[in-house]
Amino acid sequence: MDRATVEQVWEWLDAVPDPEIPVISVVDLGIVRDVTWEGDTLKVAVTPTYSGCPATSVIAMDIETALRDHGIDKIKLETRISPAWTTDWLSDKGRAKLKVYGIAPPQPAGGPDCCPHCGSTAVEKVSEFGSTPCKAHWRCTECLEPFDYFKCI
Amino acid sequence: MTRDEAFLQFLLRMGDNTLILGHRVSEWCGHAPVLEEDIALANTALDLIGQTQMWLGLAGEVQGEGKSADDLAFLRDAWDFRNVLLVEVPNGDFGRTLMRQFLFDAWHSIMLGRLMKSSDDRVAAIAEKASKEVAYHLERSSDTVVGLGDGTEESHRRMQEALDYLWPYVGEMFASDEVDAEMAAAGIAPDPAGLREEYDSLVQRVLTEATLTIPDSRFAHKGGRDGRMHTEHLGHLLTQMQWLQRAYPGATW
Repeated sequence: MDRATVEQVWEWLDAVPDPEIPVISVVDLGIVRDVTWEGDTLKVAVTPTYSGCPATSVIAMDIETALRDHGIDKIKLETRISPAWTTDWLSDKGRAKLKVYGIAPPQPAGGPDCCPHCGSTAVEKVSEFGSTPCKAHWRCTECLEPFDYFKCI
Repeated sequence: MTRDEAFLQFLLRMGDNTLILGHRVSEWCGHAPVLEEDIALANTALDLIGQTQMWLGLAGEVQGEGKSADDLAFLRDAWDFRNVLLVEVPNGDFGRTLMRQFLFDAWHSIMLGRLMKSSDDRVAAIAEKASKEVAYHLERSSDTVVGLGDGTEESHRRMQEALDYLWPYVGEMFASDEVDAEMAAAGIAPDPAGLREEYDSLVQRVLTEATLTIPDSRFAHKGGRDGRMHTEHLGHLLTQMQWLQRAYPGATW
């Protein structure tokens, strides 16, 4: 079998959802850093979002499963911690999807620009941590709905 | 002491600090005063344990005996741990837990800032990753210390008591020995004594805002980072943390 092109592999990976925020893919999240062929072995470098993120091992398994489903047998996953993951690596497509899903995307100012539900700018922080390590807990004082904010790091 | 022996000790110190504090903080899971704090404490513990995997993973590599981070975490006994005493003291109330977190975070953030310039690329990479998380920890623990210190009469009293109790454990983070001298000479890590000034000014600024008074005494309990004498609390902590691997050696998830 001809081996798949690197572009094709990126496309396949872009269909692998993040296990905790399934609306975006692992490529949207910016954690797939590199895809290369080394002979007949496909090397994929993945960086963790947070060093203790429990989703990391599930993500590695999901990536491997997806690639096997596409007929790639020899896969080498490498964990790359430097340069450290930053929310700057979230794709624009991923940011837009987060917002539709009800999660405010990260902002350089350090807080959400508006409520992802009603669009009001009257928002306040409830807690610096949310349902996963990468999110904080905010609420809208206009529509009174709580929401997750994707922390900017 | 060879350079590799000193390097191993240094890595155990970093990894054991985050491991033991991570375990302590995780003890709050399901017990915190409000749900948001429960989640915040669990997330902090998770970051610290994630950092432990990196430090102890590298320690195992440098040691060269084929040990994994898990082996080092679960199969050593109290006298082999190299964490400072501060992180093994019991949680006490919520205020004391957050005061301990603040006193540690302040040191941790300064230390990691220096380690990002380490001559060893692996150390620099771990520090770069961890420092982002720790900056966030420090922001939260500072805010909470100020909120509770400059809060009600009761919260102020409890925070001052926490500071008085924990302050004698601060000095150990800046005690230097031959391991530190070797690391500094190799450019791998800074001499901890050199971080004290920056630490004092950071801590002083936050505690003043929290209307709390730093005790006068510079007396320091020591014996954790060189393993000479841990407190009685570490053994109790390990009985919980390690019981599964002790009862069922080699058990896997």
